[in-house]
Amino acid sequence: MNNSIIDVKHLTKKFKDFVAVNDISFAVTKGEIVAFLGPNGAGKTTTIKMLTTLLVPTSGSVRLSNSDVVSHQEETRRTFGIVFQDPSLDDELTAWENLEYHGVLYGVEKNIRHGRIEELMKFVELWDRKNALVKTFSGGMKRRLEIARGLLHHPKIFFLDEPTIGLDPQTRNHMWNYVVNLNKKENITIFFTTHYIEEAEKVAQRIIVIDHGKIIATGTPKELTIKTNSKTLEEAFLKYTGHAIRDESVSSADAMRARRGMWRHH
Amino acid sequence: MSAIYILWLRQLKRYLRSRSRIIGSLGQPVLFLVALGFGFGPTFQKAGQGNYIQFLVPGIVAMSVLFTALFSGIEIIWDRQFGFLKEILVAPVSRMEIMIGRTIGGATVAMIQGTIVFAISFLAGFRPPSAGNLAFAFVFMFLTAVLFTALGTAIASKLEDMQGFQLIMNFLIMPLFFLSGALFPVDSLPGVLKMVVAINPLSYGVDGMRGALGGITHFGLSTDFAVLSIMAVVILAVGSYLFSKIQL
Ligand SMILES: Nc1ncnc2c1ncn2[C@@H]1O[C@H](COP(=O)(O)OP(=O)(O)OP(=O)(O)O)[C@@H](O)[C@H]1O
Ligand SMILES: [Mg+2]
Repeated sequence: MNNSIIDVKHLTKKFKDFVAVNDISFAVTKGEIVAFLGPNGAGKTTTIKMLTTLLVPTSGSVRLSNSDVVSHQEETRRTFGIVFQDPSLDDELTAWENLEYHGVLYGVEKNIRHGRIEELMKFVELWDRKNALVKTFSGGMKRRLEIARGLLHHPKIFFLDEPTIGLDPQTRNHMWNYVVNLNKKENITIFFTTHYIEEAEKVAQRIIVIDHGKIIATGTPKELTIKTNSKTLEEAFLKYTGHAIRDESVSSADAMRARRGMWRHH
Repeated sequence: MSAIYILWLRQLKRYLRSRSRIIGSLGQPVLFLVALGFGFGPTFQKAGQGNYIQFLVPGIVAMSVLFTALFSGIEIIWDRQFGFLKEILVAPVSRMEIMIGRTIGGATVAMIQGTIVFAISFLAGFRPPSAGNLAFAFVFMFLTAVLFTALGTAIASKLEDMQGFQLIMNFLIMPLFFLSGALFPVDSLPGVLKMVVAINPLSYGVDGMRGALGGITHFGLSTDFAVLSIMAVVILAVGSYLFSKIQL
């Protein structure tokens, strides 16, 4: 039909009366790296959840690789890998088991799978901890394992929702280098969110800015900076949204997340 | 198929790694077996009903299977809260496979518990007529385990928190257990109670196991088998549907 690998049209999500995502449309070309930026509570995660079949849109449509995510769920699920914003590992399993089970669920053949697991675990520097239970891992180690897992089945599209949260600067760099490399080598499409402006600036070919559920700007980092007469992308973001990209005050979304986190540590 | 296998394996591993769960859930069945078995045994025998331990053991095994199977539904809620459910739900596998994998996993765990209770009951003097009888009883144990794991899982797929699940389980488990003929013969019950027992799926599991072990069956083994199988399939189908509706 067309050559966009992600095609979003008039996408809306309401939670009761609250409109979290409000009639957004955009397309992503195969092989593109797109940063999806917005302040806390803007609707980024809600959008990604609709793109990845976890939430059913209230209205509008999403097509991944030309398959509709609502009517062709299994097909679309095959096309992407994802790193969720919130934790999603099985703490009672070992690191290796988490990857192994993922590979089996995605139908990756055994001999390919085991090689791939080793390669990815070495890349995220967890190979020597492969038989440790995930509950003994630090936050950063868990994050790295989730990134490895998302790539295990060679997805065509890789969604990353704040993938670098909890990672030290060196690891963040390392991870982005790998992802960009993968994008060049295998032409994987990357769609990510982040609250680190320098990641968007360095990695993204295009930025989509969302605020209050509406897309308010789209363009290359340079274009956005020029359009708003700003010196830096950070300043441009501030002008668009009225928020610094890393809101230091505790927003309701953060408070909610902290509460959920507390639950988890029971 | 491999998705079902891997979901099964995951549950089994998690179970084997939590020894406190294994030991903890044996307390109740053993207590019932000892207290009721030795407490009511003499009276039961005097009333000409035969050996009470022989009668009671299938009921107690069914009870431990019921508890473990229903409660394994709580793992869905854990997975929801710890986040692993997202990983399962975005995987390119049918919701039916997910439901079956989880059910077979939970049912296997319930069968292990049931087997341990069987083993303990040997110490209390229980003897099956033959090894073949015991194997036959396992068929009914399996069906019971599948049915109630599917039920617990289906219920849990609609719930967000443990308290709600616990509440529903407390509400369900006692009536299911006490009105199943696990502890007393159904034949001598008043008509209304007999009807209640007849609509309780656990009754067919207890009856099937008891019959398979050489005891008297109330419904007949083929009825037991048919009712358990049909109900298990229906609940699995409902559960698959509910899984396809989960949003996170
Ligand atoms: N299940 C839900 N029920 C009700 N409201 C929700 C639900 N999920 C999200 N929201 C609301 O929708 C809005 C958008 O949330 P979302 O998680 O998409 O934001 P975000 O852009 O990812 O923010 P952050 O940067 O903090 O991750 C928020 O106001 C949030 O409170
Ligand atoms: Mg978010």
